[in-house]
Amino acid sequence: MLDATTHPALPARPGVGYKAQHYSDIMEDSGPLGWLEIHAENYMGDGGRPLAQLRHLAERFPISVHGVGLSIGGEGNLDTDHLGRLKHLVSWLNPASFSEHLAWSTHDSHFFNDLLPLPYTAKTLSRVATHINQVQDTVGRRMLLENPSSYLAFAESTMSETDFLRELTQRTGCGLLLDVNNVFVSATNLKTSPQAYIDDFPLEAVGEIHLGGHDEDEDETGAPLLIDSHGKAVVDPVWALLDYTLAKSGPKPLLIEWDTDVPEWPVLADEISRADRALALITS
Amino acid sequence: MTVSQAAFKTAILDPAAAVPTGIVNPDGAAASKRFDVYRNNVAVSLSDALEAAFPVVRKLVGDEFFRAMAGVYLRKHPPKTPLMMFYGDAMPQFLGRFEPTKKFGYLPAIARIELAMRHAYHAKDVTPADANALTAVAPDALMSTKLKIAPATQTVTSDFPIHAIYLANTQADAPKPVMQPEAVMITRAGFDPQIHLINAAAASCIEALKKGQSLGQATATADTTLDLGVVLGLLLAQGAVTEIY
Repeated sequence: MLDATTHPALPARPGVGYKAQHYSDIMEDSGPLGWLEIHAENYMGDGGRPLAQLRHLAERFPISVHGVGLSIGGEGNLDTDHLGRLKHLVSWLNPASFSEHLAWSTHDSHFFNDLLPLPYTAKTLSRVATHINQVQDTVGRRMLLENPSSYLAFAESTMSETDFLRELTQRTGCGLLLDVNNVFVSATNLKTSPQAYIDDFPLEAVGEIHLGGHDEDEDETGAPLLIDSHGKAVVDPVWALLDYTLAKSGPKPLLIEWDTDVPEWPVLADEISRADRALALITS
Repeated sequence: MTVSQAAFKTAILDPAAAVPTGIVNPDGAAASKRFDVYRNNVAVSLSDALEAAFPVVRKLVGDEFFRAMAGVYLRKHPPKTPLMMFYGDAMPQFLGRFEPTKKFGYLPAIARIELAMRHAYHAKDVTPADANALTAVAPDALMSTKLKIAPATQTVTSDFPIHAIYLANTQADAPKPVMQPEAVMITRAGFDPQIHLINAAAASCIEALKKGQSLGQATATADTTLDLGVVLGLLLAQGAVTEIY
């Protein structure tokens, strides 16, 4: 089994999704901020300011590399060029963590820049496990796999998402990235209980927790339809779900994700402080 | 009923297509508005990427037109890799063929400039050659000398005043474009790409140097509009020469 022995672990402290416009704020006064997450694909150029900034940040903070384009849930083979780019990034940066999504985004050599859903069946389980093994073997690292936001269901699914993820950790040795906003969004959209999902989740495999904001809409029947937009503050029910999770899991690295309509640094600093208080609550 | 990713993909890109059978809401009923979340995410994220990549083209054609055109482009040319920072490389050709834009002959060259600026921004970091090193070359050896050009360095040539159009849409107080052919060179000394007005003969010479031709070969077919001293001075001053050999 591949595992991390030569890189720092992510601390069980608040982290934030890094945006270039916050570079000076973060370097000047990071407060309780303990680590940073970057989207792998934004650092796959050959040089220039993005890589220079990343090298500076990595001297100060543990870095989590979060891929958004590998299409691990894809029907086809993984894009070996892209896998090679990930391997290169992880090799030179030696980040504290590397994660990707339970989703697909590429089909027939076309990339859709979104995290598309897959049914949970014996067949898709086997395919995803094969892909995770290939990723971990190529990148040379254990990876974390993130639970998706669901807007719809597949009639063909035969397994719950939590069983699917647990089985993947057992087959591949991968860890999990638990996005509690995604849990809340999916549970609302699919009329299930977010607490029951956490109760069923293999929390021992969780290496990182994500928190983000969502938009509210309705489907054609008038049922609530929440959309994972990463463009707003984390809502109170998601903070409550975080508390519920941390009480069961113990302290974990917590990430504030804010990717669209990105606010000024003080707004993110408030979210980071709130995550810090959630951690203090269970360690006090 | 198995929903193939091929069926999913087709329905994602075609808003008029039926939602694949087997996609349901929590009550087991059809879920078209839920499927629309993915349709919207894909179209919006790709349109946003194109807007970020082509701010000057967008300014020239207008926000509303650009958004509609991006909708056509993203369905005709979905990304081929997850590197969104380079999405849009078919935009110059697209603008030249797309019925509503093809009469604006300068648009493809403006799109090429914007692509070149992005590629320069992400290009490999280099150490420039000493700007004085060329003066050390013996006069009779000059024409057999070769220059290694930094990967950020690119040229765009047009029958239209593309440098003036680009400036007029990116800088306050830029002069009004006058109809004439123009060529530009994009370089990157430090982290921010720069655009320079050159001429077609200079562009041709720089492209020949990039291919590894000697100064003699790169200037062999040039007419009197080529001022080699100016070209070399600009390349060296911009840190665009990494080796003289």
